[in-house]
Amino acid sequence: MWDRPLSIAMLALGGQGGGVLTRWLVDIAEANDYLAQSTYVAGVAQRTGATVYCVEMFPQNEIKGRGKPVFTPYPVPGDVDLVIAGELAETGRAILKGFVTPNATTLIASSHRVYSIDEKSSLGDGIIDQSPVMKIAEQVSRALICFDMEQTADDCGSIVSAVMLGAIAASGVLPFARAEFEAAIRRGGKAVESNVRGFEKGYEAASSPAAFKSSPRQAELPASEGPNGDGLISRAAALPEPVRISASHGALRALEFQDKDFAEAYLARVEHCASLDSDAHEFALTESFARNLALQMCYEDTLRVAQLKTRASRFTKVRDHLGVAVDQPAYIVEYFHPRYEEVCDTLPAAVGGKMMTSPRLKRLFAPFFRRGINITTNKIGGYLLLAGLARMKRWRRRTYRYIQQKKFVGAWIEAVNDAVADDYSYALALVEIIEIVRGYGDTYERGRSRFERARQFAQSVHAERRADVLRSLHKAALADEDGARFAELIEELQVA
Amino acid sequence: MAERSFKKEVEKLRLGNGDVFAGEGILAVTKALLESGVAYVGGYQGSPISHLMDVLSDSQEILAELGVHFETSASEATAAAMAAASVNYPLRGAVTWKSTVGTNVASDALANLASGGVRGGVVVIVGEDYGEGSSIMQERTHAFAMKSQMWLIDPPPNTEDIVRSVRNAFELSEASNTPVFLQLRIRSCHVHGRFDARDNRPPSPTLQEALQNPVRDVDRIVLPPASFLHEQEKVTERWPAAVRFIVENKLNKTLPGSRDDIGVICQGGLLNTLLRTMERLGLSDSFANTQLPVYVMNVAYPVIDTEIISFCNGKKSVLLVEEGQPNYIEQSINTLLRNAGSSTRIDGKNVLPVAGEYTSAVLRGGLVKFMQDADPAWIAPVDPAEQVKQAISNIAEFVPARPPGLCTGCPERPVFTSIKLMQQELGDFHISGDIGCHLFSILPPFNMGNTTMGYGLGAAGASAFNVASEKSAISIMGDGGFWHNGLTSGIGNAVYNKSDALTIVIDNNYAAATGGQDLLSTKGESPSRSTQHSIEDAVRGVGVKWAKTVKTYDIGEMRAALKEAVKRKGTGPKVLVAQSECMLNRQRREKPLFAKALKNGVRTEQERFGVDEETCTGDHACIRLSGCPSLTIKPNPDPLKRQPVSFVDNSCVGCGNCGEVAHEAVLCPSFYKGTVVHNPSWLDSLLWRIRSGLIAWLQQRAERRRLRTA
Repeated sequence: MWDRPLSIAMLALGGQGGGVLTRWLVDIAEANDYLAQSTYVAGVAQRTGATVYCVEMFPQNEIKGRGKPVFTPYPVPGDVDLVIAGELAETGRAILKGFVTPNATTLIASSHRVYSIDEKSSLGDGIIDQSPVMKIAEQVSRALICFDMEQTADDCGSIVSAVMLGAIAASGVLPFARAEFEAAIRRGGKAVESNVRGFEKGYEAASSPAAFKSSPRQAELPASEGPNGDGLISRAAALPEPVRISASHGALRALEFQDKDFAEAYLARVEHCASLDSDAHEFALTESFARNLALQMCYEDTLRVAQLKTRASRFTKVRDHLGVAVDQPAYIVEYFHPRYEEVCDTLPAAVGGKMMTSPRLKRLFAPFFRRGINITTNKIGGYLLLAGLARMKRWRRRTYRYIQQKKFVGAWIEAVNDAVADDYSYALALVEIIEIVRGYGDTYERGRSRFERARQFAQSVHAERRADVLRSLHKAALADEDGARFAELIEELQVA
Repeated sequence: MAERSFKKEVEKLRLGNGDVFAGEGILAVTKALLESGVAYVGGYQGSPISHLMDVLSDSQEILAELGVHFETSASEATAAAMAAASVNYPLRGAVTWKSTVGTNVASDALANLASGGVRGGVVVIVGEDYGEGSSIMQERTHAFAMKSQMWLIDPPPNTEDIVRSVRNAFELSEASNTPVFLQLRIRSCHVHGRFDARDNRPPSPTLQEALQNPVRDVDRIVLPPASFLHEQEKVTERWPAAVRFIVENKLNKTLPGSRDDIGVICQGGLLNTLLRTMERLGLSDSFANTQLPVYVMNVAYPVIDTEIISFCNGKKSVLLVEEGQPNYIEQSINTLLRNAGSSTRIDGKNVLPVAGEYTSAVLRGGLVKFMQDADPAWIAPVDPAEQVKQAISNIAEFVPARPPGLCTGCPERPVFTSIKLMQQELGDFHISGDIGCHLFSILPPFNMGNTTMGYGLGAAGASAFNVASEKSAISIMGDGGFWHNGLTSGIGNAVYNKSDALTIVIDNNYAAATGGQDLLSTKGESPSRSTQHSIEDAVRGVGVKWAKTVKTYDIGEMRAALKEAVKRKGTGPKVLVAQSECMLNRQRREKPLFAKALKNGVRTEQERFGVDEETCTGDHACIRLSGCPSLTIKPNPDPLKRQPVSFVDNSCVGCGNCGEVAHEAVLCPSFYKGTVVHNPSWLDSLLWRIRSGLIAWLQQRAERRRLRTA
């Protein structure tokens, strides 16, 4: 005999279709002669915020003269039979709110992520790893069903609510036959075919759920495209095992960026670093050095950007992104804004240097670069312009930026090499902090100046604290755009 | 055109005797109004009763058939003043708004209405925006009921009780010549349930009949000496009449319970949460057969002394469940019990939190404390929260905050991007915010705005800063707030007081935050309203000399206009109208047209943005200047890089903001716009074949060159 209503809580983000799912569930219940109630919150929560839906039901023929069952307007901890989290991090929120309890709650969660604004706006990697939450979810729920419902929905062109409904049907928590669920979609009358397909796929996926895996990216050895690449990869193969993959990628990047000599110079530097490193540290220094050195050597100047933008493989990628049919016209409009400085960068060193340092010339010419330009890369004029720029890489070694970058990288390598023997962890910190020097324009300048300041400061503190100081400055440099945290930390450290 | 259409659902409003009505709380309320014979309905939208206004708006045909007049009022004050129609005539009327903010605005009219009293029943339906999901300051409408002496009905959160309350409210109002508040809590507005419908009743008399036979009674007008008479009437006639009606018609309810030594008193709106919590604690079954008797105050004000005294009679202690503060009911009950010489102890805010929403978890804590004290033999069942406490102790750090934000492609985003870029050049400004979607600017990624003083009060909120200074204050106002009162309270005020400040009026064609309702300045034509009135003309009309309308997506021009406005001195207030249609509404309008064009073979261009992951720096400056939901991140596919790359997901509507930002803020060259041609003409196809053919040939040559050295 039923002595309490069946209770469902759903956590969705605004616009995720929680309302549709709620209506389906109420419809199924009422069609099967159940009393049903649903509630939700509209309003600002629906503008991308998180919101909680609540559905309760009770079979009319089980009332047996006891009166009217009491439905709650909000899920009650310890009393929720089914929790649906429309996104992975919402699972944690459901648990935090106490909706998920052992023995009582079946938990259905979509494993896809919708990153929060804090995760997205970080200057580095702000993504919060959800795997600890999923471990907790397994512990505190009666059963956990977790798969990528958004992907499933995309695959069959349905809305994600339909996939969720499939998962709900498969979970067996609701006392209705599979056909009853499908019938609700049909009664709804909207995009019936695709939504039934989504429902079926959701049902299948939930019936044989794979355990949740957070898969850290496993880098693999790159494939070479010619004899030069083969040579570089086999040379990198002689490096210690933890370094090989990164060094091979780095060498091929250098080859494509410039030429064979450039790539060999890269490998020579990595080899030298490895000779100072040791197995005791699992060559952590050299591995990081191999990655960061490649990125510093293959910096992104106008020529490199032109090279990347004009490749056939890039055109294919864009067409995939746009989802266009074969032969369907689709034009790619680039948004470039080269400043005076970027132009100087790609000029011969003498001219570029002069222009960079002369305030008069800057005043004269800078106004010409105040506006951004749009180039359509797959129209003939635009393509010829960019492809022509890309071909100028043969003269790159004579450009202003190349010579500047060479000096900068050289000084960094020297500092690293000097530090290894005495203070391995400082050397490692010095290798890792270089990642803040990246990008173009303001981003590059900001990173570069914080890098210089951090290094300078680390050298001024006692040798024992040096590595820690540099590591904390590295983190602070990525804390905010205007450098408030970075400046604050330097002040704190000065006092300490 | 509102965000949600109820065109289909409103057909249910035609149901009559013998039918069962199934639907949402707000529809149920509308149905109950029609069954009660209302002559007029007005209101101002705002969560949680926005949808009530939308339902009414969508049911104008049915309202007209019945002879019911419906107005979308200019403000809550307008709506409240509308009820003046019930002062002289036995006309029933209902007005509605978001509370307490709307009640604040309406107070002047409400106090006047309540002073003179009403002949026809007046029901003020307030959406009590309190607790989870609320967007305003946490206060109680209860205070307004007390100060103006209006009755406050707080029905349990289910459609049957809500509908019954609407019917009762009109009768109570007429029996006591007093306007009545019907308070709907957030989740009550959106509760789905069923009830037995009755026939709709056309109003009698009608508004026309009243107009043809004017009646006047100087005693109903609030001016001395009548105002002194009103005060006496309130306590000597209207209050006793209300108490009589409430007792005789049993508006409050008592669940008998199996014990007689202790009991619970609760506000009607909390009944279901209380009952479920009692069930979880083994103090009730799921059918409201409780162990403790429960006195349910469906009428939260006035307190019915006789009912309280008889409920408490013989009980050693009673738990009072009263949400929000101050604890008006608790104070009142304690006074009346003391005056009556009762020895019953009232436990209220001493066992329950003084402030904050009474969720089930909160009520559980209070009930357990109350029971342990009242009945030491009673043992509380294990708290489910305790069961998992250990396992989930560190989970909060993995749960990201999800503040509300501007929608995908929102036209307000580039306004804040422009302000941010201007501030990067000229330093930070004092920014006075307003109520509306634009207030999301105070949250990441814009982090912009100092205060918000109420709807339409953005400019007024900066009025003290009307002093000579290098930097002037900037205020923001939405088009909704502008027409609500901002034109006079902000712009007119600034003109009159010779302010030099800048007000940015964000004109997105609708009252967007409340669900996209039409306004005076809505661009589209409306069959039932007069629209297309220009904001720029309006501000020039009250004397503004410097007024400019700029398309929001043009960040370059917006930034230039902002700079000009903050630098210009001595010309009086400056108004920048930032104009572009709300993207939610635009998409709703354009999507079906686009689908139709696609199907009918009409040549159509579609734009969408993308990011090249190879050139993306992983710095996410673009996101910090945008916050668009469709501009997100994904793990970096480059094995050498660690930072996630920016990524435009397929919800992008191609508003162009990303590209503008990349240009204006000089970001990385990773953004591209894809222009896809659907149903291309022969010329499109020819040009495409020539271009792509030639470029493919050039790419092959370049690739061969590359492979020679690979």
